[in-house]
Amino acid sequence: MSEKYIPKSKFAQWFDSRLPLLSLSHHLKEYPTPKNLNYWWTFGGILTFCLITQIVTGVILGMHYVAHTDHAFESIEHIMRDVNYGWLMRYVHANGASMFFLAVYIHIFRGLFYGSYKAPREVIWIIGVIIYLLMMATAFMGYVLPWGQMSFWGATVITNLFSAIPLVGESITTWLWGGYSVDNPTLTRFYALHYLLPFLIFGLIILHIWALHVPGNNNPTGIDVKKNTNETMPFHPYMVMKDITALLVFIIIFFWFVFFAPNALGHPDNYIEANPLVTPTHIVPEWYLLPFYAILRAIPSKLGGVIFMFAAIFVLVLLPWLDTSKVRSSVFRPIYRKFFWVLVGTVILLGYLGAKPPEGIYLVLSRIATAYYFIHFLVLLPLLGRYEKTDPLPISISDPVLNKPGFVDKFKKAAAQYEGDNVGSFK
Amino acid sequence: MSKELKPKRRDFLFTATYTIGAVGLAAAIWPLIDQMNPDSSVKALSTTEVDVSNMEIGKTITVLWRGKPIFIRRRTKEEIAEAASVDLKDLKDPEKDSDRAKNPEWLVMVGVCTHLGCVPLGNKGEYNAWFCPCHGSHYDTSGRIRKGPAPTNLEIPKYEFVDNNTIKIG
Amino acid sequence: MRGIMLVLLNRLIITIFISIFSISSFAEEMNTNYLKTKWSFKGVFGTFDRASLQRGYQVYQEVCAGCHSVQHLSYRNLSEKGGPEFSVEEAKAIAAQFEVEDGPNSDGEMFMRPGRLSDKFVKPYPNVEASTAANGGAYPPDMSVLAKARAGGADYIYSLLLGYEEAPEGFELDEGVYYNKYMPGNKIKMSAPLMDGIVEYADGTEATTAQMSKDVTAFLVWAAEPHLEAQHRMGFKAIIYLFVLLTLVYMSKQKVWSRFGSKEEPEEETFDRAERVVTKYEGEDPKTFK
Repeated sequence: MSEKYIPKSKFAQWFDSRLPLLSLSHHLKEYPTPKNLNYWWTFGGILTFCLITQIVTGVILGMHYVAHTDHAFESIEHIMRDVNYGWLMRYVHANGASMFFLAVYIHIFRGLFYGSYKAPREVIWIIGVIIYLLMMATAFMGYVLPWGQMSFWGATVITNLFSAIPLVGESITTWLWGGYSVDNPTLTRFYALHYLLPFLIFGLIILHIWALHVPGNNNPTGIDVKKNTNETMPFHPYMVMKDITALLVFIIIFFWFVFFAPNALGHPDNYIEANPLVTPTHIVPEWYLLPFYAILRAIPSKLGGVIFMFAAIFVLVLLPWLDTSKVRSSVFRPIYRKFFWVLVGTVILLGYLGAKPPEGIYLVLSRIATAYYFIHFLVLLPLLGRYEKTDPLPISISDPVLNKPGFVDKFKKAAAQYEGDNVGSFK
Repeated sequence: MSKELKPKRRDFLFTATYTIGAVGLAAAIWPLIDQMNPDSSVKALSTTEVDVSNMEIGKTITVLWRGKPIFIRRRTKEEIAEAASVDLKDLKDPEKDSDRAKNPEWLVMVGVCTHLGCVPLGNKGEYNAWFCPCHGSHYDTSGRIRKGPAPTNLEIPKYEFVDNNTIKIG
Repeated sequence: MRGIMLVLLNRLIITIFISIFSISSFAEEMNTNYLKTKWSFKGVFGTFDRASLQRGYQVYQEVCAGCHSVQHLSYRNLSEKGGPEFSVEEAKAIAAQFEVEDGPNSDGEMFMRPGRLSDKFVKPYPNVEASTAANGGAYPPDMSVLAKARAGGADYIYSLLLGYEEAPEGFELDEGVYYNKYMPGNKIKMSAPLMDGIVEYADGTEATTAQMSKDVTAFLVWAAEPHLEAQHRMGFKAIIYLFVLLTLVYMSKQKVWSRFGSKEEPEEETFDRAERVVTKYEGEDPKTFK
């Protein structure tokens, strides 16, 4: 595996020495993965599937969509009614966005749980955070395109965030809009950018995987595996088969939404054409942006809210240095493990609060949850790194297998025998 | 040993998996292709009605049908006679004038050169009828190809006279 | 290790339940208890009741169309599969009842002609401003996607049509505003549109208010989702297929993985591992190790 790959045929050698595509594909196939990766590790592959699905259906929708305020809503209805399988393309694309975020959240929390962001994987993690930011930007702009009421008012509210910036805020929003409100110039530029960003994401995913292939995968124990031993298995066919298994389960859930509840994750108001004169009673972003929306509204100052909202994402960039614990996986971190689940609960609570009106108990709760979110990263993690007593680590990923009752004794006995035969080979 | 036996069962399972997977993939790709075919709103736009009550003999009008120009010409006696007198053997794409124009006075055809899709000019060319400027195809007074690279005669669309003054195309 | 995985899985399932619960409770909060009726189009195998859709079209045309447009619908849709499925001739006849503006003609003038299958449904007002002006400041919304544009969908529309009541005592209503139990805020500018016998059904069905409400609601659901039946059919097939493929892939995966598991470990390595374990836990109670 580690020795240099040489293609079999003469032509393949000629080609590969000029463009090493075959070597690349060989590397991808033989890439050693820890054999103890569980199903939470399949979400990387699932996310690749999501991106490709979004790009393919998106390019197709782009063939029929009209980016003009007078025609956008109508062209969506045209796609839904007239275009052959247009309804399928649109529902796959719209629900695909939600599924993409569902998968990315699982992927992120998997990384948080197993400490995948720690050295030597900081760069992978940071590229991941950038991808996540771009995904949010792409999804937000995509939601504007149908030009429904939520599109229009969501765009208005989010672009107005930038007006919080001192001095230049007003000019920046005007620049973003290309006018004095969200209007046709805004729609056309959002369309162009919505088309562009996924390809940037695609490029970053290549970097993300490249950066991953340098140190190799983390694994549930967080212990470094020895490559080219029986602790690793080639990516193909082992991980490929496991990834496809998980992907099919994912697609079943995905398709259940597409065919039987295609609008369950959307907001009914977006089937009302945009009207700049009437604001819906209750503006909410798509579910996957709700936690950040809750943080935004929890802060009683315009600029402060915007700063905290972006800080909530930026803090993830600093995570590899905030978490000072030498132990990666929370399997061996009993206290961190508890806080991890509190964090999951907090983020879900924030998501729930983001969908509620910002008043009364909801506002109080979202302030507490926001405070806790930051405390987790900025206070708890550094402290835990210092004071947490972690469980003893096995030396290799294979050891836990030996740790069944009686096994250690058995091996002690075997070792004693071994020692008798070869004195000095031990220790 | 048992290891020897395993591959056969595996092979069957793998073949079945691959086959079923490939079938699904093909079924998933079809909508991606079919979406580019004309949609139901395009297919529904099938007819255009043209009022020809004001047309004098020797005049041509051009109307739009399915995004293409349609030539409607009220032919002169000479043109009709000339079109009818041609020997079918001289034609690249033999067709009788009487088959092309049900009512000899009215010639209705798609104004798109059968070579590469340009719009031919009227009253031009060697037959003083239609001439395509793109690659030099000459059509006669019945819209039949006589000279040049075009392979077939100008196409006759489906049309009918709703009454004496109105032609319905499509 | 395995124990921890199970605990994790449990926690995750609980988290998912909590989040689903919170989302659905959010959805429910916006709805009151809508009137319930049996919809043929609900569920995995749901299809439309053709006769009901045809009656629904009649109710729309005779009652609603005076104020409400369905501008994204075309007359040809009436004869398409999965809808009311009027015959093509019937649909043509329906289209021909309406005058459609066309043009410009060769003189540059717009002219009126009878509708064709390819035409969109004729709108009662040329634009929103006109309809607002004609309806006392509240424009009747376009109903093409109404069933998807209201929380509660079909149940909401059905309930709204049957939800006109006397305003409770002390409830202030302005001139031209009516009390409706299911309208958010209970104030509606549309007067009760249906009353028993307002249309006469050709198929002999008794035109009660409830019947008409049900028919026209079904019609609006179809108008909003004309490919609903195709969705259900394709979805059912796709999911069955995916389960079959999943079974095969899972079995293949197990076989492939068993190859790896069956690899014999060299004796030396076993002892190496034993050595590591022993040195690590010498003197410790093995049970404390997780």
